[in-house]
Amino acid sequence: MNGRLVVTASPHIREDVSVEKVMYGVVIALVPAIAGSVYFYGSRALFLTALACVAALATEALIQRARGVPVTIRDGSALVTGILLAFNLPPGVPWWLPVVGSVFAIAIGKQVFGGLGYNPLNPALLGRAFLLASWPVHMTTSWLPARGGTLSGISMAGVDAVTQATPLAVLRKVSEVLSDPSSTTHQIVQAREVLSDLGSVDSLLNLFVGRVGGCIGETSALLLLIGAVYLLYRHFIDWRIPAAYVGTVAVLAWIFGGPSGLFTGHALFHVLAGGLILGAFYMATDMVTSPVTPRGMIIFGVGCGVLTTIIRTVGGYPEGVSYSILLMNVATPLIDRHTRPRIFGEVKKGE
Amino acid sequence: MARPGPRLGEGLLGLKTFSGGVHPPTAKELTKNESIVEAGPPERVVVPLRQSLGAPAEPVVAVGDEVKVGQVIGEAQGFVSVPVHATISGKVTAIGRFPHPVGGEQEAVVIEGDGGDEWHESVEPREDAAELPADEIRNIIRNAGIVGLGGAAFPTHVKLSPPESKPIDTVILNGAECEPWLTADHRLMVERPGDVVSGLAVFLRALGCQRGFVGIEANKPDAIEAMRVALPDGGDLQVVPLRVKYPQGAEKQLIHATLRRAVPAGGLPMDVGVVVQNVGTAVAAHEAVHLGRPLVQRVMTLTGRPLGRPTNFLARIGTLVSSLIERAGGIKGDVAKVVSGGPMMGIAQSTIDVPVIKGMSGVLLLAPGETDVEPPAPCIRCSHCVHSCPMKLTPTTIEKFVLAGKIEDAVGIGLLDCIECGSCAYVCPSRRRLVHNFKFGKYLAAERRKAEAAEKEGS
Repeated sequence: MNGRLVVTASPHIREDVSVEKVMYGVVIALVPAIAGSVYFYGSRALFLTALACVAALATEALIQRARGVPVTIRDGSALVTGILLAFNLPPGVPWWLPVVGSVFAIAIGKQVFGGLGYNPLNPALLGRAFLLASWPVHMTTSWLPARGGTLSGISMAGVDAVTQATPLAVLRKVSEVLSDPSSTTHQIVQAREVLSDLGSVDSLLNLFVGRVGGCIGETSALLLLIGAVYLLYRHFIDWRIPAAYVGTVAVLAWIFGGPSGLFTGHALFHVLAGGLILGAFYMATDMVTSPVTPRGMIIFGVGCGVLTTIIRTVGGYPEGVSYSILLMNVATPLIDRHTRPRIFGEVKKGE
Repeated sequence: MARPGPRLGEGLLGLKTFSGGVHPPTAKELTKNESIVEAGPPERVVVPLRQSLGAPAEPVVAVGDEVKVGQVIGEAQGFVSVPVHATISGKVTAIGRFPHPVGGEQEAVVIEGDGGDEWHESVEPREDAAELPADEIRNIIRNAGIVGLGGAAFPTHVKLSPPESKPIDTVILNGAECEPWLTADHRLMVERPGDVVSGLAVFLRALGCQRGFVGIEANKPDAIEAMRVALPDGGDLQVVPLRVKYPQGAEKQLIHATLRRAVPAGGLPMDVGVVVQNVGTAVAAHEAVHLGRPLVQRVMTLTGRPLGRPTNFLARIGTLVSSLIERAGGIKGDVAKVVSGGPMMGIAQSTIDVPVIKGMSGVLLLAPGETDVEPPAPCIRCSHCVHSCPMKLTPTTIEKFVLAGKIEDAVGIGLLDCIECGSCAYVCPSRRRLVHNFKFGKYLAAERRKAEAAEKEGS
């Protein structure tokens, strides 16, 4: 026998998993949605995504070199951040916006805290929040209609509000009209018409397939769900967070999301519109910033769902997915602490 | 006592199990169909005096003494201690410190064989074995030097001596053998099911109870069948097939799977009326009580891909692993690790010149590609460790507390409940050394307790 023997503590075998496999698994899961973004918004979507990725990787490498720690850009985590940041931008933004967002996401969202595993907030969403606060016009108006569809997923000739806004923004305008006592009868009739169009099978199908305006990566629920099935199958994400998140939004949107009173909301529209699918399956599930306990994951998902519905129905923005997740990220340590599983054989107080 | 019903899904397969756990490749193909090979007496044995939990034995022979197989060479010290016996006949040539598979060097008696293989005159079969009183059985088992052969090497007579306040109603024989690679228990059940049943009867008699189970993972259908045939029909003795999942053979998980009783945290199986013994220990108890033979040999699996002929050996205690490796066709390829026990909980060896001890269920040779030598990466909080923990702990958080030096906090969330099964580290994508850090944390916690006790005494 040649050479010396390795002596370490047990176990002596490991499952064939690694941080790289998890991260590149997420990248693979995002490939259908990337392809979809190119189909619906053109090659500029891919260009912006690539810029965000390059900026994220370069920022990570530069900071790690400056910190004198090993450069770990091959682990795939910065790549995932870059893709997700780009996925949260409208397709018509100037080229430097994803670059600035990625630099902020990696530098302030991740490396400041010590790098992978130590960041309290989802870096991509923090980058997006920074861009939204700094360049609100770019971030809220640079929409493009999707190939084969319209911006809102419905088409009504002569109604500007419908042609120039994303589905959730249209819903918001409609809700405002319906709840405003000074609205004219004509406006109210038109709003009701738009509302029923939004909930029509055609509109829902457009949302599902992705023939609507929106952020680069959130457009097609179908393509995102294909990747999500892969992630669930490989155990790279846990079902609890997306199930609790989507379920909560569906129920609450049905109860409170309708402009004409309780239990008039359209659950499926709220689930498919905006960034919920992207957020629930790819960003709320970010391992570093979400709870590790089974009960904690449910609470986290429900919390995201409650906040998203509140922001969508009564908040200042038409969409609330990113802020909801960021707020719940902050609560993660607290949730983990109070949802620790009961240890095997542990006796509850008073039993 | 909480006795929850079966969990969702378990009924579908009809196999009992526990919650959590992992599915490492079982890798038992190499030896599961290999009949046990009697290694016989080697030319020389190194018999450590520390072979069980509790106090090591004190030598009662001197260099130059002639000894025979089964002769006491080390006396037990205190209740939680067992004697050690000569395992070959010959002459004591040295008493000193030698490499020990549990770590470092330990005092051992070296015996050079005389070519014969003669039992000591104290070894005699018993005719009245079936009628012995419980006390007598415990004495015989203790004097035979029997400890748990599953790996923990806890003195068996102690487990058979529960206090009056803890009545035992069930004995579970552990034939799960959930550690990958190992097949020693499997072969024992296939080849000597009658002796296993006889040993179970000995335990039942010693504890004054009627009900006995033999828990076996479902990947050993031949062992399940052999044990079913060997057990009397329609009695209180039954085979319990178990789902193939690691650590199915961990004591608390086995009890929960079999009886739905949860051993309280910090408690022992006797707290829920159960005693668990390994099937190998049952065979040893049978031999001690019926044949009068002390524990001088055991079945152990010598396996691994770099090995010429992986083999299940019946080996004398004290046989050097290096000599068994020669008998098993030698080493054919590169070896990165030599593990005493299985790959999940076994102990990595720094040399192959260590002796077989009572608690050694096997020796595993791992090739460089099969074992993990990469440095750990930061925890990405993937939660796989939380889901895999059979004790329902939160390994990632405990590790963070230990690494931060917050030992009391780690203890507060269950550090001491950790059974070190390795499931968390097995599934960790960041290859964190979770078990290593838990062992270290437990050591620090023990040191702290000692310091506190010393302080109290001083004041």
